[in-house]
Amino acid sequence: MLETMAFKQGALQRPSPFKLALRTYTMVLALAAIWLTFAIMTDGAFLQPRNLSNLLRQMSVTGILSVGMVLIIVAGHIDLSVGSVVCFLGAVLAVAGSEFGLSPMNSILVTLLAGITIGTFQGWLLSYQRIPAFIVTLGGMMVFRGASMMITKNSTVPLEANWIQSLGTAYVSAQTGWTICILALIVVLALMANARRQAKQFGLETESFGAFLVSALALTGLVVGFMRVLASYEGIPVPVLLMLSLMIIFYVISQRTTWGRRIYAIGGNSDAAFLSGINIRGVTMSIYMVMGFLTALAGVVLTARVGSASPDAGQLLELDAIASCVIGGTSLMGGKGSIPGALLGALVMESLNNGMSLANMEPYWQFVVKGVVLVVAVWADMWSQSRR
Amino acid sequence: MSLLRMENISKDFGGVLALQMVNFDIEPGEIHALCGENGAGKSTLMKILSGVYPQGSFNGRIVIEGAPKHFSSIRDSERSGIAIIHQELSLIPEQSIGENIFLGREPQFAGFIQWSKLFSDAQKLLKVVGLNANVRRPVKELGVGQQQLVEIAKALSQNPRILVLDEPTSALTKEEIANLLRLLKRLKSEGMSSILISHKLDEVLEVADRVTVLRDGSTIATHDRHGLTETQIISEMVGREVSTLFPESSRQPGQVVFEVENLNVADAQKRSGYLLKDISFKVRAGEILGIGGLMGSGRSELLQALFGGLRLPVQCETKLMGVKTKIHSPSQAWTQGVAFVPEDRKRQGLVLDDSVSRNMTISGLELFSKFGFLKSLAMASHAKDMTKKLKVKTSSVEAPVKSLSGGNQQKVVLAKCLTTKPKILFLDEPTRGIDVGAKQEIYTLITDLASQGMAVVLVSSELPELMGLADRILVLNEGRITGELERSMATPEKIMTLATQSVFGGVDVRNYGF
Repeated sequence: MLETMAFKQGALQRPSPFKLALRTYTMVLALAAIWLTFAIMTDGAFLQPRNLSNLLRQMSVTGILSVGMVLIIVAGHIDLSVGSVVCFLGAVLAVAGSEFGLSPMNSILVTLLAGITIGTFQGWLLSYQRIPAFIVTLGGMMVFRGASMMITKNSTVPLEANWIQSLGTAYVSAQTGWTICILALIVVLALMANARRQAKQFGLETESFGAFLVSALALTGLVVGFMRVLASYEGIPVPVLLMLSLMIIFYVISQRTTWGRRIYAIGGNSDAAFLSGINIRGVTMSIYMVMGFLTALAGVVLTARVGSASPDAGQLLELDAIASCVIGGTSLMGGKGSIPGALLGALVMESLNNGMSLANMEPYWQFVVKGVVLVVAVWADMWSQSRR
Repeated sequence: MSLLRMENISKDFGGVLALQMVNFDIEPGEIHALCGENGAGKSTLMKILSGVYPQGSFNGRIVIEGAPKHFSSIRDSERSGIAIIHQELSLIPEQSIGENIFLGREPQFAGFIQWSKLFSDAQKLLKVVGLNANVRRPVKELGVGQQQLVEIAKALSQNPRILVLDEPTSALTKEEIANLLRLLKRLKSEGMSSILISHKLDEVLEVADRVTVLRDGSTIATHDRHGLTETQIISEMVGREVSTLFPESSRQPGQVVFEVENLNVADAQKRSGYLLKDISFKVRAGEILGIGGLMGSGRSELLQALFGGLRLPVQCETKLMGVKTKIHSPSQAWTQGVAFVPEDRKRQGLVLDDSVSRNMTISGLELFSKFGFLKSLAMASHAKDMTKKLKVKTSSVEAPVKSLSGGNQQKVVLAKCLTTKPKILFLDEPTRGIDVGAKQEIYTLITDLASQGMAVVLVSSELPELMGLADRILVLNEGRITGELERSMATPEKIMTLATQSVFGGVDVRNYGF
């Protein structure tokens, strides 16, 4: 029955794989250029394992936030409240121990629950009540800044001395780190190979074995390089391990689950998503719920790293997270963006921060340079797209 | 027994009756075409069938194989075996072909998508619709015709018994259309029933077993294909007299007011590489120049290019009153005596929340100001004069323009143009979506303005309007002038032939209300 009347293959335009990966290459090259510049400006101090370890630790809060922010922006929304909510949840964590005498475990649970509640509520307001996300989260930004001042009584609340602090400051020893990295690498490579095998089984086109080998080797090189640098200092900082785990988990979720792909569908064409029977409101609300959870984790890490909660913590974090996503290739129009990209963006931003303070540049330069990099990154993207 | 019967369907939108006791049915393995003008109710009927308008929002019954059905969502309708392919392509450009086909129904295990199964199933469906493409590539890499086939694959993935196609060929090339029609016939031979909504009557007569005509929300007739002609369908679709709408007028064209030479606009996104090519014409004082063509032929873009409102580089030489001039922006156009009534009055023509008087004076505010301060009294009295002259029905000139009916809103747009006392007036679809009474008044006004010596360029998708008003008609197709007709020589057939020349196979009456 299947008499085919196939369209000519030639009519299908195929961008070369080089063009598709161009963006990633550009990002990596830009990062390399930034690192090289700072290495020269600081006589190599920037590239010391100690500094790189620090840099990664500093970016972990922004990194965790940008994991969730990518999902929100891909769905075509925005969240301006995360900076204030991070501050508020940090305060909740500190106050739960100092004022209510909760155990560290329970304090963290309360904090996570509060984060999920805040996220869900904001998500409900903007999806089911149709208030624009910009307004809901702008309101949230003010409300939770005020709430932080209220529960901290406008002063710094120290974190009770306990294991929570290690979430921000401790290291996973080099030996354990190697074990984790190698295990993770084996799992990922096995999954990649399995996906390839299955595709062949179903008679689908697959990438050539050479291309597969190159990407597997590149991944291995990246993981080994990363671990060697960190092992030659103290090991993997705990928040960095947390950030990377979240990146991998949510990357898989965003690419491999129905929930993840629906987010991209909604942002890509919400009419089509609706007509395909996708529950747009429910999915949208659930993204904010996840953002609330991630915000709570970021709040715990930030508070643990500093050792105390203060009412002015986390200012402008929301903008750092949004900027990281955008530098990493997420489109504010929705439908486009990736979690690893956003983490790369966060790494670029934090490298600028770290490098400029290491080079003893005045703090105001950090703002100017970060702002310029953000605009240039998007401009370069628009420019390369219009040339296609 | 019929596979599907829609019985006595009525639906209103806030008091406006969109469907009135419509009956429609389809047999197993039948292609049943649904014809009618824009606004006749075809899409509304199909939205009821597909569950977009749920049970309770309309009156009447949907019966499938003898059993009454209550659809409260799109999902319900899908479960009853109805799959709809909407007029606008509803694919997600950034996502893969396979993902689009199974959007919302991905094969999954514990929330994880089974990609290999999804892609291999998708590939089988592509084979059925005859599209040879990699299912992992994003949809944006496909052409429109190929995307249409993906839409059909998406519909087929639900194993439907009834396939609904809403204007499936409107954006396709001749070859793609032929492919699509062949596919429909093949699906029919395998027992699939299809409902085909189309304005292309030759296609309808080629594949349909029966044809139902809707007009103004009512069923006019259901015919067997045998012995049915395009003319019969058209007369049933239109069914009204239009010849008395246009005022008689005898004008003598005067000197040349506006002259365009070699207008070219490049557009890399078009297959041909240009939006408009080698366009030259002259308009005289007291002359109405009509511009015809199908949707997408470049008619509206031509006016925008001349008015400086097109966001693409325009190459041309223009002369106004015999003097070389360059119009780079709408503001230059207004100051040089060119006025423009845009296609979409609500989006492009009016500030809806502002008052009638503010809207009427917005294009010539310097006429009503001194040292930058506005003389509101002068504005109001001018607006009152205009209201009287154009017979605008409004409670006051300070009423917000959105409170007016469509026809009166359009008169406000015209008043805005006349405020600047232009030498030449560009009109893009000046009577779209307004009632017959207001149409007639606007036709009279346009004729009067021409009689008083204004040069008018009129773009219209309504053939009677072009033939009733214009002294000469230029016809565009794919951005080129394909012909020029004197009023006395113009017939619908001639215009249609020029408008479709060398591009489309059949006659497309989509925008022509014969």
